Amino acid sequence: MTEHLVLRVISKLLVPPILLFALYVQMHGDYGPGGGFQAGVIFGAGLILYGLVFGAQAVQSVAPMRLLVTLACLGLLLYAGVGIASMIGGGSFLEYGALSADATHGNHVGIIIIEIGVGIAVASVMTIIFCVLAEWR
Amino acid sequence: MIATHLPALQVALPLIAAPLCILLRRDRYAWAFTTLVCWGLLAVAALLLDRVMSEGPISYRLGGWAPPIGIEYRLDGVNAFVLLILAGTAALMMPYARQSVEREVAPERRHLFYAMFLLALTGLLGIVATGDAFNVYVFLEISSLASYVLIAQGRRRQALAASFQYLILGTIGASLILVGIGFLYAKTGTLNIADLGVRVHALGEAPAILAAFAFITVGVLIKLALFPFHVWLPNAYAYAPSMVSAFLAATATKVGAYLLLRFVFTVFGAPFAFGTLPLKEILLSLSLVAVLAGSLAAVFQTDLKRLLAFSSIGQIGYLGVGIGLASVTGVTGALVHVFNHALMKGGLFLAAGTIAYRLGTTDLSALNGLGRRMPFTMAAVVIGGLGLVGVPVTSGFVSKWYLVQGAFEEGLWPAALFVLLGSLIALAYVGRLVEAAYFRAAPADAEPVREAPWAMQLSTWALIAGSLYFGLHTELTVGIAERAAAALLGAP
Amino acid sequence: MEALAHVNYWAAIALAMIGLYAIIAPSNLIKKLIGLGMFQSAIFLIYITAGKVEGGTAPIIDAAYEVYSNPLPHVLILTAIVVAVSTLAVGLALTVAIKRAYGTVEEDEIVEQDRR
Repeated sequence: MTEHLVLRVISKLLVPPILLFALYVQMHGDYGPGGGFQAGVIFGAGLILYGLVFGAQAVQSVAPMRLLVTLACLGLLLYAGVGIASMIGGGSFLEYGALSADATHGNHVGIIIIEIGVGIAVASVMTIIFCVLAEWR
Repeated sequence: MIATHLPALQVALPLIAAPLCILLRRDRYAWAFTTLVCWGLLAVAALLLDRVMSEGPISYRLGGWAPPIGIEYRLDGVNAFVLLILAGTAALMMPYARQSVEREVAPERRHLFYAMFLLALTGLLGIVATGDAFNVYVFLEISSLASYVLIAQGRRRQALAASFQYLILGTIGASLILVGIGFLYAKTGTLNIADLGVRVHALGEAPAILAAFAFITVGVLIKLALFPFHVWLPNAYAYAPSMVSAFLAATATKVGAYLLLRFVFTVFGAPFAFGTLPLKEILLSLSLVAVLAGSLAAVFQTDLKRLLAFSSIGQIGYLGVGIGLASVTGVTGALVHVFNHALMKGGLFLAAGTIAYRLGTTDLSALNGLGRRMPFTMAAVVIGGLGLVGVPVTSGFVSKWYLVQGAFEEGLWPAALFVLLGSLIALAYVGRLVEAAYFRAAPADAEPVREAPWAMQLSTWALIAGSLYFGLHTELTVGIAERAAAALLGAP
Repeated sequence: MEALAHVNYWAAIALAMIGLYAIIAPSNLIKKLIGLGMFQSAIFLIYITAGKVEGGTAPIIDAAYEVYSNPLPHVLILTAIVVAVSTLAVGLALTVAIKRAYGTVEEDEIVEQDRR
C-alpha cells in the first residue's frame, strides 16, 4: 500500500494523535470510562495502522518482536506483581488497599499500576498478533 | 502468613510462571522452572487438601471484598481433591516432558510450549478453585485456548485440523455455559456459586432457571466429551504431542466432570436436577451408550493413541454413570474414577509417547513383539490397560465396584450390567495390545529398539504404580471421595 | 404483544442462530470463525441488554442522576470480548497454519486430503 500518497500522509498524521489518545484513556481509566484494555487496544491500533500502510517490517523496526514479547510478559508480571505486593502488604491477593497505609490511596496506586500492566500487555499482544499474521506466508 | 494465601497461590503461581518461562527463553531453563513450579503447586494442593479435611471448607476473598459481592475462592472436599489430582498429574509428568518435547516440538517454540502448558494448568486449577460462576467461564477459556495451541503443536498436520475442530466445538460449549450463567445472574443477581445455590433453590422452577440449567448442562457435557458431544476428542488426543495428550487426557475431562458435579449439585441442587428435570434418565442413557460405543470403537482402532482416546470416551461414560446415579455411592464412584482414570490414562498416554519416541509411530502393527524389546514400557501399558478393564488389584476395579454397587442400590441392574459389559469390551482392546506385544513376533527387518530414557520411564511408572497403589490402598481416595460426595449431596 | 416486549432477546436469538448456521453450513474455515464471532456477539447482546435499567443512565456517578444501568454485565462482557478476541486470534492463526500445511482453507478438501 506504499504507493498511495493520501493514505501515507493521512496515516502519518493520524498515528501520533491515536497514540496520545491511548495514553489519555490509559491514565483516565481509574476515574472515568477507559482503562488499560481500551488504551492498549487503541495504542495497538495506532501501531497496526502504521503497519498496514508501511508494512509489518516498518513496525518491527520501531518495536522488534523480542521487545514486544518481553513487554507483553512484563505487563502480565506487573499485574501479578501488584497481587503479590498486596499479599506482602498484609491484604489478600489483589487487595490494593494494603499497598499503602491509607487504604484509599492504596486503591488508587494499585488500580493505576494494574491498568498500566494491562495496557502494556494488550498493546504489545495486539501488535504481535498483527505482525505474526502479516509476516506469515 | 503464607498459609492463608494458599488458595490464591494455587492459581497465581502458574499464571506468574508462564510469562517468566517466556522470558527465560532457553528451553532447558524453562523446563526446569516449570518442573519446580508444578511440584510447588502439588505441595500447595496437598497442604490445602489436608487443611480442608481437618478444618472444613476454606474461603479466600480475592481483593479483600467479602462474598457474595466479591470473588471468592472456596475450597471444600470436592475441589481440593480435584486440585490435588491436577497438580499431582502435572508434577509427575514433568520429568517426562523434557525429552518428549525436545523430540516433538521445534526448538524455537519449546519455551513457549512450557508457558502454554502452565497457562492451561492455570485455567484448569482456576476453574476448580474459584467459587464464582463467571470466573469459571474465564478460566475455562484460558485453559481451552492454551489447549488448542498445545494440540496444534503435534508433528503431523492433522493436529492443526483437530485443534481447529476442538476450537469451534469448545467455544460453542463455553458460550453455552456463558448464556446459562447470564440467565442465572439475571434471575438471581449473584455470581457466587454458594450464594447461587441458596437463591436458585428459593426460586423453584422459574423458566429462566430451567433454561440456564439446560444451557449449562449441554455446555459442560461438550467440555466433558460425553457421548454425542465427543467428536472433538479422538483427533485432538491422537495428534497432539505425547505430553499434551497425556496431560489433557488426565486432567481436562476430569475438570468437566467436576463442573457437572458443581453445577448440578451445588447450584441447582439434586432435587431440581433429578426430581423436577429428567437429568438422571438422560445422563444415564447417554453415559451407558458412551461406555459401549466408546469401548467398541476402541476395539477397531489401528493406532495406539486413537485407541486410548476412544477408550477415554468410554471411561468418561463411567463418570457420567456415577454422577447420573445421584447417590453418595455413585458420586463417590465417579470421584474415585476421576482420580484413578487420571493416573491410568495419563500413564498409558505417556507409555504411548515413549513408544512414539523410540519407534516414531504408534501404529498397532509397530507394536508386534515389542514386549521383548521394550519390556518396561509394554509392562506399563498392560498394567494400565488392566486398570481400564477393572481387574481386581488395579485401581480401576475400585471405582467400578462403587459404580456397580451404586447401580444396585438404586435398583438399576441394567446399568450395572452395562458397566460390566463395558469392562468386557475393554478386555477386548487391551487384549489386542497384549497379543501384539507378547504373542506376535517382531518383523524380521525390524530395527533394534532400546528401552526408553529413564526420565520418561520414571513418569510413566510413577502414574502406573500410583494406579496400582490406590487399587490396594483405597482408604485415602475412597475416604476423601466419600466425604466429598456426602457434602455435595447433603447441600440443600 | 407480550412477545414483542423482549425484542432484545429475539434479536439475540436470531443473531445466535445465524451464527450457528454460519458455523455449520459453510466449509470455509474463515466463514466458520465469522459465524463463531456472531454466535458469541449474540450472547454479549443478551448480557448487555439485560443490564439496562429503564430510565437509567451510564453508570458514572453524578449528582444530577439517581438511576443508573447495572455496570456489572458490561464488565463481564468486556472480559468475554477479550476472550472472544483471543479465540478469534488463535482460530485465525490455526487457519493460516492449516493453509500452509494443506494449501486450502476448505474443510471438505482438508478431510479429502487426510483420507488419502
